[in-house]
Amino acid sequence: MDFALTEEQEMIRESAEGFLADVSSSEAIRSAMASESGFDAALWERVCSEMYWQAIHIPEAYGGMGLGYVELAVLLEQMGKTLFCSPFISTVCLGANALLVAGTESQKQNYLSKIAEGSLTATLAYTGVSGRWDANAVEAVYEQAADGSVTINGALRYVPDGHTADLLVVAARKAGSSGEQGIALFLLAADSSGVERRWLPTMDQTRKQAEINLSHVAIAADDVMLDAGDAWNKLATVIQLAQVSIAAEQMGGAQQTLDMAVEYTQEREQFGRTIASYQAIKHKAADMMLKAEVSRSAVYYAACVAQEALDQQGDKSLAADLPQAASMAKAYCSDTFFYNAGNAIQLFGGVGFTWEYDCHLYFKRAKSTETFLGNGSYHRELIAQQLLDQEA
Amino acid sequence: MKLQFSEADEQFRAEIAQWLKENLTGEFEKIRFRGGPGDEHMFSAERHQWEKTLAAGGWTCIGWPKEHGGRDATIEQQVIFHEEYARAGGPGRMGHIGEGLAGPTFIVYGNDEQKQKYLPGILNGTELWCQGYSEPSAGSDLANVKTKAVLDNATGKWKISGQKVWTSLAHESDWCFVVARTDPQSVRHKGLGFFLVKMEQPGVQVQPIEQLTGTSEFNEVFFDEAVAEDILGEPGEGWGIAMALLGFERGVSTLGQQMLFQNELDVIIKVAKSNGAAHDPILRQRIAEAHTGLRLMRYNAMRMLSDSSSGELDKSALVYKLHWASWHRNLGKLAMDVLGPESEICEGAPYQLTRLQSMYLFTRSDTIYGGTNQVQRNIIAERGLGMPREAKG
Repeated sequence: MDFALTEEQEMIRESAEGFLADVSSSEAIRSAMASESGFDAALWERVCSEMYWQAIHIPEAYGGMGLGYVELAVLLEQMGKTLFCSPFISTVCLGANALLVAGTESQKQNYLSKIAEGSLTATLAYTGVSGRWDANAVEAVYEQAADGSVTINGALRYVPDGHTADLLVVAARKAGSSGEQGIALFLLAADSSGVERRWLPTMDQTRKQAEINLSHVAIAADDVMLDAGDAWNKLATVIQLAQVSIAAEQMGGAQQTLDMAVEYTQEREQFGRTIASYQAIKHKAADMMLKAEVSRSAVYYAACVAQEALDQQGDKSLAADLPQAASMAKAYCSDTFFYNAGNAIQLFGGVGFTWEYDCHLYFKRAKSTETFLGNGSYHRELIAQQLLDQEA
Repeated sequence: MKLQFSEADEQFRAEIAQWLKENLTGEFEKIRFRGGPGDEHMFSAERHQWEKTLAAGGWTCIGWPKEHGGRDATIEQQVIFHEEYARAGGPGRMGHIGEGLAGPTFIVYGNDEQKQKYLPGILNGTELWCQGYSEPSAGSDLANVKTKAVLDNATGKWKISGQKVWTSLAHESDWCFVVARTDPQSVRHKGLGFFLVKMEQPGVQVQPIEQLTGTSEFNEVFFDEAVAEDILGEPGEGWGIAMALLGFERGVSTLGQQMLFQNELDVIIKVAKSNGAAHDPILRQRIAEAHTGLRLMRYNAMRMLSDSSSGELDKSALVYKLHWASWHRNLGKLAMDVLGPESEICEGAPYQLTRLQSMYLFTRSDTIYGGTNQVQRNIIAERGLGMPREAKG
């Protein structure tokens, strides 16, 4: 048992920290925020060619670096700290994960290698206009012809980077099916005929969302992913892996808002002393630190579990804990990030309320990531079902 | 990052589990799951006997060096021991203050004669120790010690006068380690000595404190020219030794403590399923939150212990007390809310509390003893975040 980062993982953290300090400044974030794409394409190219982050957990067989989910979490923590604006979450934590979990061998060969070389961005679109995160979120409908070709119709909403991604992993269901039944996953080039994409301006401008309308979109048989018609388990795993990723980012954001607040309160003087010397401030900061530290434990545990779940030869009993580990991490980190970001505004006082200071960027990111893939209450209910609704 | 224990450690786990299965039976059956926090006043005679049985099996002081009778057990093995002990329902330890606090301190700070004199009794489970730190005016402010030690030139022994408080197991203990002021002119943490005092002597009186549970686990101890058998280190070194002692524990027993918490949560979940509370959406949220908090406490502890080799205490260790104490206090309230109206009904007259009632009431002390939540937040802010220190009076 050794629940600490290895030397190699520490090195990844340090290099990410250094790189992001350079490229993800407040200015850079604000410039990306103001654009419709939400990221600087030249910078993303640099990330892909110099840092290889997009390839971090893609197996070497598909041109990736073959590292694990803990290494991925280490990167995400740093990205969350600096609100890094990029298609990383959508491409790697949604797209690549979907391919890893539900892709056929030839789909993996074809698309994962393109993601790994940095020439393809991707995202996952499964939620319809209902805005749910469970199996009933899947509202688009597919029909399969005798030759195996498929036609999809429907509207998808809240899709991260849905207006810019090259490749869409789309979830749809058989007509008349409901709940966990009848679900299938498809690969769809975003420029296919019948795909209409619309950017949705968002309160958190650091994370872009889109609505996608599919009208008689034809899918070739090769682009049908595994377990079509019964793919909820696969989709659920993809969603859980994504929840762990978002939690890792949130943990980074929670740490950063704490660090910013502590630094500011040590400079700001009122009544003849720094406000950091008041217990009312210290105790608030201590509570923020407790939550950030517990979040860190939640994320690293969930990342270890995610690694076992992705690895065919992984520890089966740990892998089986993915649903609960992901829910614990997502619930705890969502609440923590919101708590810390909200308190950061309070501790900064008046300037925390301005557009100029960065507090609001974190506060808004905290809310958007809290909502995405289910908030604390949603995940606690999932945990409660596991604890209380199994037969006595 | 590795969550699993090694094969050798798992073998160690099997060994202790088997031993407990074979030995925690017969006369000891009735003390299984008893004598923990909030229940420490129960079954002292049987539990003291159990200490000796544990010792005969070689399962006391496993973390001590071999040359002093221990097993040189690794952190992992100690964690496993505490986990299996709690899982098997091992009774609340009476020898833990000697084993976890006094003994390791004697090994580092004692001379050869002192080691030979005091360690075997701890190892064998025959001699029990209690801790004389807190005083009526020295609670969270531990350095405000008023108890005096005066050297009797005729006998060459120190004599202790003053009062200690919140001393658990004082009435059961053979020995007490006492922090007392050797230099009457000194203030705060200077001029203190670390004394070893025999409890059975005319100058020592023990007075139980009746708690809000109606039971007494803690005591007041009055010293009136009580003779100290020994002083550890030199006069003036008491504070350093007293603080080092608190550092020896290092949290290896916390995973065992979490097993006790898990038992409590399991009972609450069982009640919720049987009385319909499991259908209440708010209680469902709170039960899930409690479950999450406990599981994450485990991973915090694993981070804290993984880091123990580096010497510098990990940040997860700084927040640990505040986290478990607050969590446990919330669990107490959750237990009552899940029970509903039944939460009021006692096991019997005049004031015989149920286990959950007793847990609920006792958890109010969790956020006070060992550094209140408020003191913990000061420590976190100052040591963890580098914020300004409190002005000391």
